[in-house]
Amino acid sequence: MLGNLSVWHIVSIFKEGYPIFKIFGVIKFLFTRGWFPTHEEPSFGILALIVGSIVVTVGSLIVAIPLGVGSAIFLSEIAGFKTREFLKPFIELLAGIPSVIYGLFGMAFLAPFIMRLFNLPTGLNAFTTSIILGIMVVPIISSISEDAISSIPKELREASYALGANKWETIYRVVLPAAKSGIIASIILGFGRAVGETMLVLMVAGGSAIIPKSIFSPVRPMTSAIAAEMGEAVVGSDHYHALFGIAIVLFIITFLSNLITESVKRKVMKSIGL
Amino acid sequence: MTSNPNKARGIKRRINQGFWLALLRLAILISLLFLVVFLVMIFAKGGKVLSLSFLLQAPKEGMTAGGIFPAILGTLCLTILTLILALPLGVFAAIYLSEYAKTSHFVNIIRTAINTLAGVPSIVFGLFGLAVFVNMFKFGVSMLSGSLTLAILILPIIINASEEAIKTVPDSFREAAYALGATKRQTITKIVFPAALPNILTGAIISVGRAAGETAPILFTAATFYTRKLPTSVMDEVMALPYHIYALMTEGTAPKQQVPIAYGTSVVLLLLVLSVNLIAIIIRYRMRKRKKW
Repeated sequence: MLGNLSVWHIVSIFKEGYPIFKIFGVIKFLFTRGWFPTHEEPSFGILALIVGSIVVTVGSLIVAIPLGVGSAIFLSEIAGFKTREFLKPFIELLAGIPSVIYGLFGMAFLAPFIMRLFNLPTGLNAFTTSIILGIMVVPIISSISEDAISSIPKELREASYALGANKWETIYRVVLPAAKSGIIASIILGFGRAVGETMLVLMVAGGSAIIPKSIFSPVRPMTSAIAAEMGEAVVGSDHYHALFGIAIVLFIITFLSNLITESVKRKVMKSIGL
Repeated sequence: MTSNPNKARGIKRRINQGFWLALLRLAILISLLFLVVFLVMIFAKGGKVLSLSFLLQAPKEGMTAGGIFPAILGTLCLTILTLILALPLGVFAAIYLSEYAKTSHFVNIIRTAINTLAGVPSIVFGLFGLAVFVNMFKFGVSMLSGSLTLAILILPIIINASEEAIKTVPDSFREAAYALGATKRQTITKIVFPAALPNILTGAIISVGRAAGETAPILFTAATFYTRKLPTSVMDEVMALPYHIYALMTEGTAPKQQVPIAYGTSVVLLLLVLSVNLIAIIIRYRMRKRKKW
């Protein structure tokens, strides 16, 4: 029954997206840059949208990985019991904040600030999006990394101290290598979350479907193209199928990242003997 | 003299450690600072417009004045309907997976499918809802389409949480029930399910928070910027809090009046989602302490 449900889900997305590959061609769909779905001679190349997604995702991970993993190490290795017991639920709580509220914050507060700071024509660009998307992903990365780091047995640390290593050497040479796969899994999960995030990028990224010249250019990631254009696409038109085609690309990306997370998780389970 | 190189090395190690530990402290400080600024901004700006009439009135004058009552009601209706659709299905699936399903290969495939579904971007769920519930089943843009879409979105959360909950019930409970002559069904309904219930509820509560805050899945399936009438049946389109925030920020002609309302709406949504999640966290911490096994 449930297997059916997920298969059904996948099939209906593929069924609606398939026609665009037939009409426009897979290679042309993925690797040409003209996204003019409503022109008289429409063109459905999503390269600019893919680049938009890559730019904001990589940008957000550059913000989120050091902050998230650093916070996780701090919480599990340095913070006292009380600090940890207070901060961990707080961070978990933050992971549940709806993304549309981050979008509001980005649009109404951060974008005007960035615009003035760097003297830009618009604050709604890839840079602002990366920062706010990064802040959104930090709680995900830190809470899962923290789980991975705390599950490392105490004996490893004690052995390292007994050999004369100090705290940082123990963290860097013993704890982090042991928790490596869990931390990687948390980063991949954060990546999936950032690629798939819709409302925030729809509101903050600026929305222009051209390949950005710099990180301060407005971009239109894949998710925001779907959200912005599906409302006006006629059901059954090429444009409609093209938007489902984008959904297929997104689906495949998240499917692959999920597969990697799962296999990493299984490897971790095995290595700690579960 | 001989101890000098060692001493120098010791100092270098200590400086090295101090540097990196300071950097780690900086990482958490920056994260917390960002998040605190974010929360304080939302609450400070939104708190100003919050009042009883804001909560209980309909929007007026083309969204530039009045309150958000229809959006609050819409989100509550959507969320409750979603839970009604998803909770029984999710719990049954979890019971099946953990208590009945035997062939591990088949179960592994289902589990992978469920986990895959959990990672799919919410906008893809929105498109699925549009293609299947709105267009194929002809439910139109309605509360029913939106809730069905949200239900599929939160099913993986409910199934995973329920399965974990059932797994933590120790086997000795089941064996004791069997020893007293109970059948498998009796054991599950009378022993396993009640013991797992608090944790199942925690999962359900978390998924409620998720469903209430999602915008992308209801964008094309349920939400409307403005409707004069309150929803009377599941076939009506509804206003919803997250969509209201998005619409206020991107549509309309009077941003000066609309942005404060968007902040106010955010505070309401944030309080709703955070209190729901807080309840779940409190239950979990209590349970951890009180656990009898």
